[in-house]
Amino acid sequence: MKKLSKLYLGIVFFFLYAPILVLIVFSFNQSKSRSVWTGFTLDWYVKLFHNEVILNSLWTTLSIALIAGVVSTILGTAAAVGISSMRRGPRRLVINTTYLPIMNPEILTGVSLMLLFSFLAIPRGYLTLVIAHITFCVPYVILSVLPKLRQMDRFVYEAALDLGCSPRKAFFKAVVPQIMPGIMTGFLMALTYSIDDFVISYFVSGSSAQTLPITIYSMTRRRVSPEINALSTILFLAVLTVLLLINVKDAKIWKERRKKEAARL
Amino acid sequence: MKAKSPAYPYLAWMIIFIVAPLLIVAYFAFTDKTGAFTLANISQAGQFSPVLLKSVYLAAIATVICLIIAYPLAYILSRTKVRTQRMLVMLVMLPMWMNFLLRTYAWMTILENNGILNRFFGLFGLGPFEMINTQGAVVLGMVYNYLPFMILPLYSIMEKIDGSVIEAAQDLGCSSMGVMRKVVLPLSVPGITSGITMVFVPAVSTFIISKMLGGGGNLLIGDIIDLQFLGLDYNPHLGSAISLVLMVLILLCMSIFNQFDNEEAVLL
Amino acid sequence: MKKFVCILLALFLLAALPLSCRAEEINGVDVSGFTGDYDKFKGQNITINVYNWGEYISEGSDGESLDVNQLFEELTGIHVNYLNFATNEELYAKLKAGGADYDVIFPSDYMISRMIEEDMLEKLDFSNIPNYANISDNFKNMEHDPNNEYCVPYMWGTVGIVYNTTMVEEVPDSWDALWDEQYAGQILMFSNPRDAFGIAQFKLGYSVNTTDPVEIEEAAAELRNQKPLVAAYVMDEIFDKMGGGEAALAPYYAGDAITMMEENPDLAFVVPKEGTNLFSDAMCIPKGAKNKEAAELYINFMCEGPVALANSEYIGYSSPNEAALALMDEEMRNNKIAYPDEGVLDNTEPFLNLDEESNVLMSNLWTYIISSNDNYNQLVMPAFVLGAVALSIGINVARSRRRKPK
Repeated sequence: MKKLSKLYLGIVFFFLYAPILVLIVFSFNQSKSRSVWTGFTLDWYVKLFHNEVILNSLWTTLSIALIAGVVSTILGTAAAVGISSMRRGPRRLVINTTYLPIMNPEILTGVSLMLLFSFLAIPRGYLTLVIAHITFCVPYVILSVLPKLRQMDRFVYEAALDLGCSPRKAFFKAVVPQIMPGIMTGFLMALTYSIDDFVISYFVSGSSAQTLPITIYSMTRRRVSPEINALSTILFLAVLTVLLLINVKDAKIWKERRKKEAARL
Repeated sequence: MKAKSPAYPYLAWMIIFIVAPLLIVAYFAFTDKTGAFTLANISQAGQFSPVLLKSVYLAAIATVICLIIAYPLAYILSRTKVRTQRMLVMLVMLPMWMNFLLRTYAWMTILENNGILNRFFGLFGLGPFEMINTQGAVVLGMVYNYLPFMILPLYSIMEKIDGSVIEAAQDLGCSSMGVMRKVVLPLSVPGITSGITMVFVPAVSTFIISKMLGGGGNLLIGDIIDLQFLGLDYNPHLGSAISLVLMVLILLCMSIFNQFDNEEAVLL
Repeated sequence: MKKFVCILLALFLLAALPLSCRAEEINGVDVSGFTGDYDKFKGQNITINVYNWGEYISEGSDGESLDVNQLFEELTGIHVNYLNFATNEELYAKLKAGGADYDVIFPSDYMISRMIEEDMLEKLDFSNIPNYANISDNFKNMEHDPNNEYCVPYMWGTVGIVYNTTMVEEVPDSWDALWDEQYAGQILMFSNPRDAFGIAQFKLGYSVNTTDPVEIEEAAAELRNQKPLVAAYVMDEIFDKMGGGEAALAPYYAGDAITMMEENPDLAFVVPKEGTNLFSDAMCIPKGAKNKEAAELYINFMCEGPVALANSEYIGYSSPNEAALALMDEEMRNNKIAYPDEGVLDNTEPFLNLDEESNVLMSNLWTYIISSNDNYNQLVMPAFVLGAVALSIGINVARSRRRKPK
C-alpha cells in the first residue's frame, strides 16, 4: 500500500511538472525551436536582460501586483471590520455580492469591466489594470479576514477602550494583531492572483501598459521566445527558494515547539 | 467595534466595479445598436447552444477526471507525516506560480505530431498519434491547469478528518473500502463540492486552452465571447447576451449543486 | 574684447549645436540622406503607440538585421511602444471597443476602406510625410483610398499555398488541394474570415467581393466541408507549425512563406491557378490619436529607403517603396514569390470592403464554422434550461417531502 501510494504520488507529480521541466530545459536550447534540442547555451538569459518589452511588462506586473495587493488589503480589511458589525440582512447581501467576482467566470468579470471602462470613457491602460486587479483581489482579502474577526476575542478591544484607549488606537493595538494572520493571507493571495491573472487583464489592458501574461499571450500566437522560458525559470526558482525557506523556517519553529513540549512533559 | 463606516469605501467600490459592470452587461444584452430594447441578442445567443453544451460537456469530463486523480492524492497527502505533507502541498501549489499560458504552450511541445511524446513512442516504433488539435487535448489542458484547485480543497478537508475516527472504524471491523465509503467519503463532501466548483467554473469558461490545444476549430463558449469583444468584430450586444446566458447557467448549476450538497448533508 | 568674442563664439556654437547634433550614422545606418524633421520632438519625452501585425517589422532579434524602432527612437527621441495584432478583425474590434490609444496602425486594404467609411481614421497631413514621394505610383489612388488621403502603403503581396515537399508529392497548384482527403489532418487554414472565405470563393470561381448572400453561404458550406480535414486554424502560429513539419500544406501570405522557407528548406510556395488575393497593407492614423504629428513622422521614417529596405528584407514581403527597391539586391528583387510575373498578378483580385450585411453574415457564418461541428438544433438550449429548472424543483420537492414526516 505504501509503495502504491508513493508510485501514485510520483505519477501525479510527474504529470504536474513535466511541462515545467520542458520549459526549463528549452530555456537552455541553442536554437529558437521549442521541440528540437540543438545544444546548450545561456544566451537567452543574457538576452533576457536586454529585452525591454519583457522587462517592462515584468515591471508592470510586479508594480500592479504590489499596488493592488496593498490597496485591496487595506480596503478589504476595513470592509471586513465594517461588514462584521452589520446586521444579518445587509451583511448577507454584501457578502454574497463580494462572492460574485470569485464565483463568476473570470471572462465575465473581464468583459463587464471592459464595458464599464468604455462606458465611462476611461482609456484602457495602467489605471484600468490597477482598478481591475483591486476589484478581483479585495474579495479574497475580505474572505480571509472575516473568519479571523469572528474568532477574535472581542473583550480585548473592549478592555482596551476601558483602559482609556481611543477607538482608533484600540483598533490598531487590540484588533489588528489578532486578525494579522488573516490580513497576511489575504495580501499574499491578492499578490498571487494579481501576478498570475491573464483573463481579466486581457480585457482591460490597452496600448500603454501590458502585464507579463499579456506579453506572453501575444508571443504564444507566433513563437514564444526562449527568453520567456528563461524568465520563467528564474521566477520559478525564486518562488521555489522562497517557499523552501519558509518551509525550513517553519520546520525549525515546529521542532523547537516540540522540544519545549517534550521538556514540559 | 460597532462601526459600519470602515466598510463604506469598499461598498462604494463594490457598487461601481462589481455591481454596475454586471448591470451594464445586462443592459447591452437587451439592447441593440440604437439602444432600443430587444430580445434578438438573447435568441441569437441561443444559436451557440451546441458550443455551450460542448463547453459544459468537456468541462464536466475534465472536472470528473480531476476529482478521480485528486481524491486519492489528497487522501494520501493527508495521511503522510506532517513535514512531508507540508512539502508536498507546496509542490502541488508551485506550478500555479508558472504562467498558465506557458504551461499550456509547453503541452503543445509535448503533444505535437513531432512532439516529445510522439518522438518517445517513435523509439518503440509506435505512432505517431494524433494528440494535438483534438478535444482530448483540450480536456487534458483543463485537467492540467485546474488540478491543483481540486487537490487543495480536498486536502484541507481531509487533513481535518481525525485519524482516530478512521482507526475506530477499523477497530470496529470496517474493511479499508468500508472506511473509505462510510467515513472518509461522507466527511469529505464539502471538499468535493468546493473542488468541483473551483474546477468546473473556470474550465467551462476558458478561452485560451481550447485555442492553443484544440487547434482553433474546437472553440468553446469563452472563445465565442472573446470573438465578440476583441476578436472578430466588436459586437458587445451579442457578447453580453452570451455572457449573461453563461452566467445564469453557471449560477443555476451552482444552486442545483448546492442543493445536492445540502441533501447529502441531510442524509448524514 | 577677446572675452566678448569668446562668449559670442560659444553662444554661436551653442545655438548651432542642435543643427549639427544629428550624427551622420546611427547604429551603423547612414541617416544623412533622411528627409524629414526628425529633431522636432527631441527632448519632449513623447511616446507613440504603434500597433502592427506580428512579425511585420525588422526588429534585429537575429543580430544582423536593423532594429527599426530603436533607430527611430535614437533619431527622434520619441519612444515607440510597439504592439502586435493577429488579424484585421482583431485590430478593428480593439479600435471599436475604444479606450485604446494607438497612434499608428497597419490595416489591410478592405479594412482601410471599412475604417474610412466608419470614420475611424484621421486624414494624413502629407506635408509631414515628404517620403510619400518614394511610394510607387502603382500603389497610389488605390480603390480603398482613391484620393490618397488616409494611408501610406507599407507592404503588398499575394496569398498562396505553403507546402512541405517531403509530405506533398504533386505541386498543389489548385485551391482544391486544401480539400484533398489524402492530406486530412495535415492542412492548416487561415483563422480570419476574410482570407478563409476568399479561398473558398476562388475555389468556387466567385468574386471575393461578392455580396450575394447565396454565394457567401456556399463558400461557408465549402469551409464547413473542409473542416474535418483541417488540423488547426492559425495565423502566425503557422511559422512554428510549418517550420516544425507539423502540417503538410497551408495557405498563407507570400512574404511569410519566404521567411518560412529560409528556416525550413523543405517548404515551397505556389500560387494556385484559380487566381488569388492581392493584398496591400498600409500605415494609418486612427481617429483621436494623441500624437498625430509624431505618428506622421514615424510613417515618414518607415518610408525612408534604407528603413523600408530593412523591413522588406527582414519580413520577406514586397515593398511598394521605390527608394527601397532601388537599394535592393538583385536576388531579392528577382524573387518570383515576392515579385511575381505579370501573368500571376493579372489573375489576382484585391479585397474590397463589403456592405454591413455581408460583413455581419460572414462573421456569423465564420463563428459557426470554427466553433461547432454539429448542426445547430434550436431546441437544445431551452431543453437544457428547462431540464435544469425541473431538476432544481424536483430536488426541492423531494427534500420538503422528506422533512415532513418529522
